Amino acid sequence: MTAEATERLSVDEGATIEPPTGKRLVYRQTLATRLTHWTWAACLFFLLLTGLQIFNAHPALYIGDQSGFQFDNAVLRIGAENTDGGPRGYTEIFGARFDTTGVLGLSGSSSLTQQARGFPAWATIPSYYDLATGRVVHFFFAWLLSFTLIGWLVFALWSGHLRRDLAPRLADLKALPRDIADHARLRFHHRREYNTLQKLSYGAVLFVLLPLMIATGLAMSPGFNAFAPWLPELLGGRQTARTIHFVTMLLLVGFFVVHIAMVLAAGPLNELRSIVTGWYRVDADEKKEG
Amino acid sequence: MSAKITRRGLLSAGAVSAAAPLAGCDAFDGWLRNDHAVRNFLEGSANGLSYRVQRLLTGGTGLAQEFTEADIRQPMRPNGVTQPPDADYKALAAAGFADWRLEITGLVDKSLSLSLADLRAMPAKTQITRHDCVEGWSCIAKWTGVPLAHVLDLAGVRDEARFVLFRCMDTIERSLSGEVRYYESVDLVDARHPQTILAYGMNDADLPVENGAPLRLRVERQLGYKMAKYLRSIELVSDLAPFGDGKGGYWEDRGYEWYAGI
Repeated sequence: MTAEATERLSVDEGATIEPPTGKRLVYRQTLATRLTHWTWAACLFFLLLTGLQIFNAHPALYIGDQSGFQFDNAVLRIGAENTDGGPRGYTEIFGARFDTTGVLGLSGSSSLTQQARGFPAWATIPSYYDLATGRVVHFFFAWLLSFTLIGWLVFALWSGHLRRDLAPRLADLKALPRDIADHARLRFHHRREYNTLQKLSYGAVLFVLLPLMIATGLAMSPGFNAFAPWLPELLGGRQTARTIHFVTMLLLVGFFVVHIAMVLAAGPLNELRSIVTGWYRVDADEKKEG
Repeated sequence: MSAKITRRGLLSAGAVSAAAPLAGCDAFDGWLRNDHAVRNFLEGSANGLSYRVQRLLTGGTGLAQEFTEADIRQPMRPNGVTQPPDADYKALAAAGFADWRLEITGLVDKSLSLSLADLRAMPAKTQITRHDCVEGWSCIAKWTGVPLAHVLDLAGVRDEARFVLFRCMDTIERSLSGEVRYYESVDLVDARHPQTILAYGMNDADLPVENGAPLRLRVERQLGYKMAKYLRSIELVSDLAPFGDGKGGYWEDRGYEWYAGI
């Protein structure tokens, strides 16, 4: 079966797409992929901003089962203090202190409205301090993310999406150095298939970061701990789990930044069209798959 | 260019413009005020799901993790009200709580009025557990007290009872509508859980005032705000609506989830 024939079969409208300007449109992203992509995008957006709201209730991270008030097991501490030059915000990482006035510890739209808070108002939902609402929204989207992730996994296994599109093949791994060099030079190949770095990074998010996020989240739940006390222990204690939850958040934000940069560099309209409509314009010189 | 391309272009442009308002995070503030329908939906669906799933997983018997003496590395961190401003409480405290009584009322066969000596004479349970605050911190301490199930059995819980309501002696808020004293509630599954105790001792000493003297609740599978301090009375009820603002507790009335197992 030719690639074009496959495409026609997989389009529900049965539309035939004329190749514009010598390039071909292929049906790259199924409806399931597009729906889960945008559901997760929305979930992660709300989870991030409500997570920072929750973090602001106690802007410090520790290693172990408990938080050291009479001993020091903190790895991160964000706060505000009065100095001779007025109030300042600070961030302490492994004991090293940085002045982060304006962003972390002390922030506000002007010096008159500055307030002591971990992350600034523009980075939290709600914008004002409201731990209760942060939790309500956080847990709603945590459930939604978990359900869609499990549903996606079942569907991806059943439909072959996982094996066909995401699992790196030997050839992918052999092409890794070349693929890294291509990305570094912003030289992109527009093909139906994901390139090696895409497979590895999407796989890392779906099979490492998101499950780790859910596991460390559950390890903070006293109710879930009664069911699985081994979980916080496995993760180094409840407070270590909270720290890993935070670090995983930073990694996901890092993924998001690179992801957006790659979309912009590779041609934002084409990339966006494929994740909205499913149709992707591939390079004219790409060989058709048999 | 075909109409299809135009439509696709519009879809792409739509996606971009839909993402734009997400930059300012006061965008959702209006929907998330207490008692807004959107917030109520999010809280009702997610907290109800957390409650049902955790009840399914642990039922009445799943135990909170217990720790060893070596894990007690610091005094128990006090939070919330640490010195009740109430005159009646101060008088009781000055007399070493000799005149204090815990009233057990409501949907019971026999109302009880128990002194601290009565409670200390009952079977005691000691446990070293991790206290998880809703703010995010944890602290490990040793708690000694009477299993709540024992007291409930003495009073005889009637079939209509569904919740245990705890009234406290501390005024936590003074507002135009009057003074608000702390209160809390749990369901009968948590009330009868073997680690749910009425604690009068902490770290091998009498419970200090800042941690809730003379008696506080320990509900080890939930967050700290469920564990009411400065207990005054326990009432067995069938419905939480008539008390406070009807959400089952002081913090619940201010937007926190009634089920705090997560």
